[in-house]
Amino acid sequence: MANRHLEPDTPELRARWSSFAWTEENRTKADKFIASYPEGRQKSAVMPLLDLAQRQVGTETDTQGWLPLPVMEYVAQYLDMPIIRVVEVATFYFMYNLVPVGKFHVQVCGTTPCMLRGSDDIIAACKKRGMEKGTVSADGLWTLTEVECMGNCATAPMVQINDGNYEDLTVERLDAVLDALAAGGQPSEGTQEPGRHTSEPSGGPTTLKDMVSENHDYRGEWA
Amino acid sequence: MPKVTVDGQEIEVPNGATVLQACELAGKEIPRFCYHERLSIAGNCRMCLVEVKPGPPKPQASCALPATDGQEIRTDSEMVKTAREGVMEFLLINHPLDCPICDQGGECDLQDQSVAYGRGGSRYDRETKRAVTEKNMGPLIKTIMTRCIHCTRCVRFSEEIAGVDEIGALYRGEDMQITTYLEQAASHELSANVIDLCPVGALTSRPYAFEARPWELKKTLSIDVSDAVGANIRLDSRGREVMRALPRINDDVNEEWLSDKGRYMVDGLTKRRLDKVFMRKRGKLVEASWDEAFKAIAAAKPGKNIAAVAGDMVDCETMFAAKALLGAMGSTLLEGRQTGMDYDVSSLAGVNFNSTFSGIENADAILIVGSHVRWEAPLVNVRLRKAAKRGAKIFIVGPEWETTYPATFLGEDLAVLSKLPDAAVSAFNDAERPAIIMGGAALAKGALAAGLAFAAQFRLERDGWNGFNVLHFSAARMGGLMLGYAQAGGMADIAQAKPKVVLSLGADEMNFEPFADALKVYIGHHGDKGAHAADIILPAASYAEKDGTYVNTEGRVQFAEKAVFAPGDAREDWTILRALADALGVSVGFNSFAELQNAMITAVPALGVEGLADYGALPKADAKAKAEGVISAYPIKDFYLTNPIARASAVMQQCSAELLHGDELAEAAE
Repeated sequence: MANRHLEPDTPELRARWSSFAWTEENRTKADKFIASYPEGRQKSAVMPLLDLAQRQVGTETDTQGWLPLPVMEYVAQYLDMPIIRVVEVATFYFMYNLVPVGKFHVQVCGTTPCMLRGSDDIIAACKKRGMEKGTVSADGLWTLTEVECMGNCATAPMVQINDGNYEDLTVERLDAVLDALAAGGQPSEGTQEPGRHTSEPSGGPTTLKDMVSENHDYRGEWA
Repeated sequence: MPKVTVDGQEIEVPNGATVLQACELAGKEIPRFCYHERLSIAGNCRMCLVEVKPGPPKPQASCALPATDGQEIRTDSEMVKTAREGVMEFLLINHPLDCPICDQGGECDLQDQSVAYGRGGSRYDRETKRAVTEKNMGPLIKTIMTRCIHCTRCVRFSEEIAGVDEIGALYRGEDMQITTYLEQAASHELSANVIDLCPVGALTSRPYAFEARPWELKKTLSIDVSDAVGANIRLDSRGREVMRALPRINDDVNEEWLSDKGRYMVDGLTKRRLDKVFMRKRGKLVEASWDEAFKAIAAAKPGKNIAAVAGDMVDCETMFAAKALLGAMGSTLLEGRQTGMDYDVSSLAGVNFNSTFSGIENADAILIVGSHVRWEAPLVNVRLRKAAKRGAKIFIVGPEWETTYPATFLGEDLAVLSKLPDAAVSAFNDAERPAIIMGGAALAKGALAAGLAFAAQFRLERDGWNGFNVLHFSAARMGGLMLGYAQAGGMADIAQAKPKVVLSLGADEMNFEPFADALKVYIGHHGDKGAHAADIILPAASYAEKDGTYVNTEGRVQFAEKAVFAPGDAREDWTILRALADALGVSVGFNSFAELQNAMITAVPALGVEGLADYGALPKADAKAKAEGVISAYPIKDFYLTNPIARASAVMQQCSAELLHGDELAEAAE
């Protein structure tokens, strides 16, 4: 993660983003976030507002979105808080992108359970498709990031692409998902293993088997 | 009052104390990096680990753990020893081994504590060390961020004490970096205090970089004369040069902070110095001898037509020596308010900061009249910020300036004093400890009487509280007033008396025009405005080069000691005045500094006692007094260049150019 850095403050960046302002819809959302905190504590809304801003940037650029410095300044001004405090928050959390990303931000989990289940192959497959860590691919579609545990260890390995998780991946399944995305489709999220619904044991339940079909009362069977 | 046991010793600690404070009360030293008495608790360096029972069976960070009744604390157990060694080993994983070229070397917390609590070797010797790019923080703070151990003291200082959120910690974990937004310069008046706070060599002093080692410096206790706060400082000198000024701890005055000007104007002590006697011959200043100069002054035959004007940075002894000389000549033409102010000084309580600095923290409603406190007394501004944090309502009359706390500006017209808006009236009526602070701009407009009327109206003087304050900004002011350096009509009276000889005791801000016919003798240390206008220049000593007594704006008498010798032919001021007495054929009654001090203390006993002078109760106010006029500007135009030493200082000039006029520079470059 050490390669996280802020996009340099250049005249081009200023020219592109200085005029950033909430859309009508997002302004309503932002004010609602602020209103959920007590009077005078509007700063507490910095995280949802940064996320909202990132999404708005994403909509404007047809990507997942990121946070240019002028946009952070806009959020700071909107919340009447020092800009450095906003940048502290934005640089702390990995969910805020500090540099431009592609239309699909492919975040591959590389932590132990995923690694044991083959995340190295997943990363290799991504790279084979032309993705590179931390940069936008030539067609503007992909950005690859290796991230730490996303909490889907039971269905490892997994990737998170923008707001959706794709789990139980193999190289083929990943390719299918990515192909569908590239073609403008919306592949179903969650586990990609046929017959599996969520994170239940693969191959069917091993305990409470009678609960599968009905709300079985086990109490009579207690010895 | 919880009772705790520290290493078997039972002690009672105040409510709300932390385990670390309990250990300190028991006389145990607890190593720490992030914890600082005057900052909020962060608990992120983990150096203060101790063993506490009852509690989890692991070391606890004592700085963030409240002391509770019945705790058994151990600071000497094996667990604590290994914990400290472990933390130290972690801290040193990424800390460079560059002590020999580090300016913090010799006064570095990390260096000292690794010797005392470290394990002597690291098991991480094959790891590569993290390198972090240098961050620009302006002309005063030099950064070597690879050395940073992420204690966040600097972040907390600028947010909590200075009230200027500009330093922050970006990124996270090992990659955390301390920086200002886009590496803009830290540009408030107290920015350099983070250098003292930094426990390692990450933030060091840029002007002092590679100048000296702490152990080769002679330390002299002195008083800052850059403003009227009288901050307690330590002058570190090597040979004949003052290398740096550092704050000393005095909770009543400066706590442990110092303004950037007080800290960094010392390089001006070696520049533009008057180190020879000069006399004006055919319109030009040429070198002369002391004899020649004294003869010329005697030849003017001043008799009782001699006046003395005290500058902003002179000590009481110099002023008293001049007063004694003038007294022997039969003159009382003494004045220190160079810019022509003529406020009433019949009662010194009426021109004093009566609440005291530590007291003003407890005020709950404050009216500031004509004072840019941030520039006129940055350390008082720190106190005001504390008051505001405790809920004080602050109102300001005068042009707007950037406050570091919520404040309401009531406009520039002084007339508002007698017809305050309802919000202010109710705030002062409801206040238990209301206060007013009159600044130089208000005094210049003659608003003192109206301020006293305000004090009477809202009963600012009550049981155990005096809320009437005047905030001066010259270090010599209160001392001068105690010694009678004030005419009823101010400088105008001196000009009207048409003295034959005017002694300017380092007075650089005065207008010399009315004295065109007089022989102007400048007794001072810097070639500034006063020296340019003078007919005779007698080189004298600066505050670092003489013992002296100073009285700050709250009437606190403090002594400063001589750190170095004055350069060249320059002499301590009192010896010049003593010799001048001989030249003029009068007796002043002292032959040594001790005799002079005794005479001064006999004349004004309060100057002999360190601490607050007692000026009695406030003078009776004239209820009908009304203030008029508009405060269009504050007297200080440029924070960094308010006195001759600062004007001679390359560092202060750079600060002024970059921090105050940086935008203009950038425009000129484009």
